[in-house]
Amino acid sequence: MSTLASKYQALTDAATAAGVTNLQAREQDGVMYIDGTAPSGAVKDQIWAKYGEIDPTFTGGDLILNIKTAASEVGSKVKVTTESSNLNIRKGPGTDSEIVGKAAHGEVITLVSQSNEQWWLVRTDDGEEGYAYAQYLTPEV
Amino acid sequence: MKFTKSIMIAALALSVAATGCKPKDADVKAHVETKMAENTDASNVQVTVADGVATLTGEVKDEATRSALEAAAKDVKGVKSVVNNTVVFSAPVIAADDPLMMGVTDATKDFPTVTATVNDGVITLNGTIEASKLPMLMQTLNGLSPKKIENNLTTQ
Repeated sequence: MSTLASKYQALTDAATAAGVTNLQAREQDGVMYIDGTAPSGAVKDQIWAKYGEIDPTFTGGDLILNIKTAASEVGSKVKVTTESSNLNIRKGPGTDSEIVGKAAHGEVITLVSQSNEQWWLVRTDDGEEGYAYAQYLTPEV
Repeated sequence: MKFTKSIMIAALALSVAATGCKPKDADVKAHVETKMAENTDASNVQVTVADGVATLTGEVKDEATRSALEAAAKDVKGVKSVVNNTVVFSAPVIAADDPLMMGVTDATKDFPTVTATVNDGVITLNGTIEASKLPMLMQTLNGLSPKKIENNLTTQ
């Protein structure tokens, strides 16, 4: 087993144990690429916590950990989990797109589509529809 | 007495014959490994043999290599059957610089003390960040499929 594979074995083992599907780990030019789909956001956080244990400052420069979360059901609810501010809702998926609405911190809104990994299409109860940054949205369970 | 002796001899001869035509798993494993080593696309394949059943695990380049290895293992004397648990290796997908830069701009928008550059798939981060926010930023950046992340951020 290569040095990199050994370094991150605890991480791949944790991913397998936690039910991550399509798990792939491979090395190319001194970088380990680990991909997979986590059954929930909590599992994704768990795997990232493991990465944090191995490399607490994330400065190794030898791993790209691309764990996606299994898609939530369309029409399900997501909560705005910004630090405190409102979340911009934009016309298109990008910060260069026009702001068409805002969702308050803590507001629960409706998920319309997750076709873009970083930008989810959402709708507020006021009927405002557009793209919001996924990092600040947490699926309601 | 004589009768017993001849039975013993016969039994001995039989056991010698049995071991003679049934190669040991360890020897079979060594032969299969030699076969695997002949295929340069199979450097990551591990072999185990139990009661003549050879199990192949690891990553291979493509479906053709996968079948070729299975066939090669079956050809080895003493292999009764092959369990082919190898998987086709898929090379990591690296995002092109333009979409990557757009994603990085979005991801770092709320981190004014972080400067990020993108060059040939490599994201380089400089500046400072609150230690508690670093994992969140790293999660987002890792999700953009970069080739590598050079993190020179100082945590506060």
